[in-house]
Amino acid sequence: MLTLIGIVIVVIGFVLRINPLLVVTVAGLATGIASGLAPLEVVAAFGKAFITSRYVAIVWLVLPVIGLLEHAGLKERARAVVAGLRTATASRVLLAYFAIRQITAALGLTSLGGHAQMVRPLIAPMAEGAAENQYGDLPQSVRYKIRAHTAAVDNIALFFGEDIFIAIGSILLIRGFLDQNGIHVEPAQLAIWAIPTAICAFVIHCTRLLLLDRKLRAELAQQTEQE
Amino acid sequence: MITLEHIYWLSGLMMAGVAIVNWRDRSNPRRLNNTAFWGIYAITFLAGSYLPDLANGSLVIAMVLVASIRGLGQGKQESATREEREASARRWGNKLFVPALAIPLITVLGTLLFKKIIINGMPVVDVKQVTVISLGIATLVALVTGMIMLRPPLLAPIREARRLLDAVGWAAVLPQMLAALGALFAIAGVGSVVSSLAQRWIPLDNPFVVVTTYAVGMAVFTMIMGNAFAAFPVMTAGIGLPLIVQKFGGDPAVMASIGMLSGYCGTLMTPMAANFNIVPTALLELPDENAVIKVQIPTALMLLGANILLMNFLVFRR
Repeated sequence: MLTLIGIVIVVIGFVLRINPLLVVTVAGLATGIASGLAPLEVVAAFGKAFITSRYVAIVWLVLPVIGLLEHAGLKERARAVVAGLRTATASRVLLAYFAIRQITAALGLTSLGGHAQMVRPLIAPMAEGAAENQYGDLPQSVRYKIRAHTAAVDNIALFFGEDIFIAIGSILLIRGFLDQNGIHVEPAQLAIWAIPTAICAFVIHCTRLLLLDRKLRAELAQQTEQE
Repeated sequence: MITLEHIYWLSGLMMAGVAIVNWRDRSNPRRLNNTAFWGIYAITFLAGSYLPDLANGSLVIAMVLVASIRGLGQGKQESATREEREASARRWGNKLFVPALAIPLITVLGTLLFKKIIINGMPVVDVKQVTVISLGIATLVALVTGMIMLRPPLLAPIREARRLLDAVGWAAVLPQMLAALGALFAIAGVGSVVSSLAQRWIPLDNPFVVVTTYAVGMAVFTMIMGNAFAAFPVMTAGIGLPLIVQKFGGDPAVMASIGMLSGYCGTLMTPMAANFNIVPTALLELPDENAVIKVQIPTALMLLGANILLMNFLVFRR
């Protein structure tokens, strides 16, 4: 039972809003010590795990070029492009991105997206620009809501698209695990059974996105009333 | 052969550049903290593969202390004003999209093509890490394209990287830290403790209850670990295989596939999946770090319900 102390520390830390880096480090050290490692062994194990996980941070390599392009007006241009489309609304921009992201992920093209390379410089300004087209200048709270939705679209479309592709990491992991337990399944079988959930995800989230325009309108009306 | 190590050197050089720009920026009252934080991070990229584990662990703890005791600061934003950017946007037009869209396109092309390019019997890149390496190469190509097109001062890219990275702050390191925590959880055997608890406390003699427990367990355990890949072996060995497959004769392919996707519903609801949920709030400059999770929760819960029903209908369909 003592091995669960790390989970307890993480939950408490997140609830109390202590710096997550500190919380995670303390949780890791406590878990290691609870499992019977010596303190220096725990530090070494943590260091090793941190070093082998460096690939997670490769995405930050996009920042120099994204920053350069932002300096040259990339976000403003993305906004202007959408401003030229009279039928564009925040909902429709997000719907279009959802569909493209989910379909390309299902074809294995999971790198056609991402928060640093697509959402911040392109999709979020487009969605905000579309809302500005309709309603004029937006209050910060509405901008924040649109941006949060943009990030959510990228996640949801990716998660529930990628498992339809047979060579994706999760399918390989499932297959390897079942193999170890003496059960053989073909990747295509696993991929097929990801399709019903993918359809549900599309229907559920796109319905919510269609309702988003109405919600934004209501929120804006309320704010003008208050003024 | 290009390996992950070369891409790490690139990342290390960028982080070192960010540290130096911070060091020279007197507008940031905590510039030395920022310098130390990104400087140590640079060392883990440049030398991490060669240092002993204990040294690496100490570096990580030093970074955490710098970030949490006095915290990181931000320099005055030195980027262009809105008017300047709008004027520049009009001048360059849609050409601005070329380097930006080159990143995902080259990454995808690289992932598909690098596997096939073999010189002297050796592939040009490490095939096992082809996606990450392709991303690294794509950013380099995009950067060169952008530099040729826009002709900014030579140091502009690193200054811009500094601006963005300081806006993200310590959250940039959180996903990696959580991956390390997951590894320690695995060493300590956290997973087997959780699944034995589930088996002891939940009545598992009815197929619907078992399927529901498995799917909800995948989601909850994913929320704790921050990663469905960590939850899947534990829940499937603990509940899925012995009960759904062996006791009730369910189809393992359906169970595994929908089980994994139930875990993804958990990913949408947890701050532990920092790269998907916390990092974007920093990148999009949202004041509430849970803003993305809040938007995702309704979809995640409805989809988890849909997964439970789907698994019930499909897993026992024979």
